[in-house]
Amino acid sequence: MAQMQMGAEGMQSLPALLQRNAAQFTEAPAYREKEFGIWQCWTWAETAKEIEALALGLINLGVNEGDFVAIIGRNRPYLYWSMVAAQAVGAVPVPLYQDAVAEEMAYVLGHCGARFVIVGDQEQADKVIEIQDQLQQFEHMIYLDPRGMRKYDHTQLHQFSHIQEQGRAAHDELIGELQSRQAKLDYDSTCVMLYTSGTTGKPKGVVLSNRNVIETARNSSEFDNLSQGENILSYLPMAWVGDFIFSIGQAYWCGFCVNCPESQDTMMTDLREIGPTYFFAPPRVFEGQLTNVMIRMEDASTLKRKMFHHFLAHAKKVGGNILDGKPVGLMDRLKYALGNVLVYGPLKDTLGYGRIRVGYTAGEAIGPEIFDFYRSLGINLKQLYGQTEATVFITVQPDGEVRADTVGVPAPEVEIKIDDNGEIHYRSPGTFVEYYNNPESTASTKDAEGWVATGDAGFFEEGSGHLRIIDRAKDVGKMADGSMFAPKYVENKLKFYPDILEAVLFGNGRDRCVAFINIDLTAVGNWAERNNIAYASYQELAGHPKVLETIRSHVTAVNKSVAEDPMLSGCQVHRFVVLHKELDADDGEMTRTRKVRRRIVEEKFADIITALYDGSEKVSTVTEVTYEDGRKGSIKATLTIVDAEVKPAAVHKVAAE
Amino acid sequence: MLDNSDSYVTEDGRTIGGVVMEMKNITLRFGGVIAIKDISFDIREGEIRAIIGPNGAGKSSMLNVISGFYVPQEGEVLFHGKRRPPMRPYEVARQGIARTFQNIALFEGMSVLDNVMTGRLNYMKTSLFSQALWKGKAEAEETENREVVEKIIDFLEIQHIRKTPVARLPYGLKKRVELARALAAEPKLLLLDEPMAGMNVEEKEDMSRFILDVNDEFGTTIALIEHDMGVVMDLSDRVVVMDYGKKIGDGTPDEVRNNQDVIDAYLGVSHD
Repeated sequence: MAQMQMGAEGMQSLPALLQRNAAQFTEAPAYREKEFGIWQCWTWAETAKEIEALALGLINLGVNEGDFVAIIGRNRPYLYWSMVAAQAVGAVPVPLYQDAVAEEMAYVLGHCGARFVIVGDQEQADKVIEIQDQLQQFEHMIYLDPRGMRKYDHTQLHQFSHIQEQGRAAHDELIGELQSRQAKLDYDSTCVMLYTSGTTGKPKGVVLSNRNVIETARNSSEFDNLSQGENILSYLPMAWVGDFIFSIGQAYWCGFCVNCPESQDTMMTDLREIGPTYFFAPPRVFEGQLTNVMIRMEDASTLKRKMFHHFLAHAKKVGGNILDGKPVGLMDRLKYALGNVLVYGPLKDTLGYGRIRVGYTAGEAIGPEIFDFYRSLGINLKQLYGQTEATVFITVQPDGEVRADTVGVPAPEVEIKIDDNGEIHYRSPGTFVEYYNNPESTASTKDAEGWVATGDAGFFEEGSGHLRIIDRAKDVGKMADGSMFAPKYVENKLKFYPDILEAVLFGNGRDRCVAFINIDLTAVGNWAERNNIAYASYQELAGHPKVLETIRSHVTAVNKSVAEDPMLSGCQVHRFVVLHKELDADDGEMTRTRKVRRRIVEEKFADIITALYDGSEKVSTVTEVTYEDGRKGSIKATLTIVDAEVKPAAVHKVAAE
Repeated sequence: MLDNSDSYVTEDGRTIGGVVMEMKNITLRFGGVIAIKDISFDIREGEIRAIIGPNGAGKSSMLNVISGFYVPQEGEVLFHGKRRPPMRPYEVARQGIARTFQNIALFEGMSVLDNVMTGRLNYMKTSLFSQALWKGKAEAEETENREVVEKIIDFLEIQHIRKTPVARLPYGLKKRVELARALAAEPKLLLLDEPMAGMNVEEKEDMSRFILDVNDEFGTTIALIEHDMGVVMDLSDRVVVMDYGKKIGDGTPDEVRNNQDVIDAYLGVSHD
């Protein structure tokens, strides 16, 4: 194999890092995937060979420098190799969300003008074939899993392994070309293009350079002391910037092992078998696991259950402090150690967290109870704040300074400033190059000095220097008396109650706030079952007086906690209604990623909002609904409006005492 | 008309071979009840052959005749051109015939994996004793068979329930496990007794896809009984229609759909 340029100078692209890893960590595992019930493993040396064969195959197929290669499928080593191979031949990999429908793919594939598409299986291939006519530049598709593909017309279709075989066969002929293309890659060449999901408008292609990816990977790896020995489980969408940084950026920088689950449904089992040392999950994964544990403990024997709750209470008291390195008494430490042997250790093993050194949660706010639960067990779970345009990292929580309500301090080499409107701006080595083919958006997001507007409002906490996110900047408004209106802040507090699935706060420009609440059918239904409350429908359960009473107590508690924040005390919920239907993406009330579309909800339920403000006790309403098969219908309901207890703002309280 | 040994290529590019199994004037009686009356049809290699009909038409009895479980009083069953003598179940299995049941017949207390492994029984040659000790040959044999089973588990996408006891599974998945067990025997002829009974639309779609994939990937000949006309018409190459133990139609889905007798049987006319 030809000698690549080594040393820090040469480490300016993923293929260069791959060469280094193959030379340095030759026999160490680079990828594992469970297939046919067994973990298959590829060392770094084998990985380099596989990627080389694929890259040669791509050149053989006619991939030119600057071409876009779309990659669609679930997390598999082969698809990660595809991204690196695409870069090695000078092309730009564009991973797509595998659950996107054909029309969404048509937009992205058309926008970047992808000539080549690499797909995981028949399902993805079918989608691309469906929209093929709309794509002028599309030429060839490569598929991984040959199942069901035999009868397809193979003039534009190729099996992954055949491409590799052709690459191997053409080795002598094309290796020179591959090496010269690789040698041209530097810090400024494009590493990857990722499309942002876009709550507003069409997705935008974020161009990230090698500098963005490699510097970010280096900084973040050093921040958490990641080493070659880490193991991660890659199960989050490949099109998401986080997965790209963890499973490719950091993995190639450190040389650690990426493990891919057998299928989407086996993720939990695979997690336990791998026992990752570095883990990343959105809050819902942690929530789901916690609920599972609690339900299973209800069925455990009395002794076990008592032991579980006893030691858990102790962990709650001292676990977090031990993890943060704060002083804890000897007896408490001994008891915690005993608990670790009897409860925490086995529990962590069951969950697959036995070996975790660093865990991150991000994407949305995590409930403080859930967060503290995992931390009290000794799992170093932290939060970070970031976005695609920053190559993930904007702020992170350093070890020992972890809290549920902040997102930490600026990540290494990231500068942050907050403008007069409270919007957060940042500048870092990870700041994206541009939005592809969209200079207007690039200019409106990134200024001449490289500062990027996040669209989020927040502030630095005095004393600790940690950043706190309040809300999306465009959602933050002012109430009639001029105080700040930050709906997401209150909604998140409400949503931390398992009974509440969704909450929408109104009050922009008004004198007080009111809220819509969706109950969580699983949690409330479970509660109803245990308390012998009969109900025939979601609507009936949602309107049950006892349910309303429970929700009312949650709202009161939230009001109390909101009142403690002098800046936001105006956002307390004065009145609320429990909605008769779940807010649903099919009805346009939410995005596909389950984010509430505030404006649409406000228009659609205008009658209820009026009732909330005019003091009526009940409101009758008719709502149009769309069924899953596209048919439309309507539901009628009479909703009870509930008054909640409101606390005086903290300042007043201090004055009164 | 095709000869018994002729083969042809379907519209979607599959090759259908010569006749594998032929029913000649089959009549099956239970005491005085005539379940099947003078029925003849054939099954060709590589095709998906459906038997449909209203309740009590004699479909399941027909399947049991094909599988060799019932021996008809009159007529003969030719398998690869040879008349088939009455057989014991294991002899049927050794001939390369596997089946699933209308009312799921799995070992409820055993895991999915173990259930599917039982489908490999005919391929296990070592003695009970050496299997119990799990030494040498027995171990190698199990590894070999497990490999086949894992491919099937992957094929039918049931990896996530590999270790789950069957009793805990929902109905649709049990049906899939049963199909997995039948496939584990690597059959040449697969008999499916109402594979989609009691399923919702989505489960039916999944099952249809798996049946087509099995036929396509392994070239397995499939004979299936089904109630749901829509599913059958989409799935099969040729359809036999039965009513009150008699054959009232036989041909491609289109031919059958336009057959007046079939329309009458399904829409209902008075039977004199």
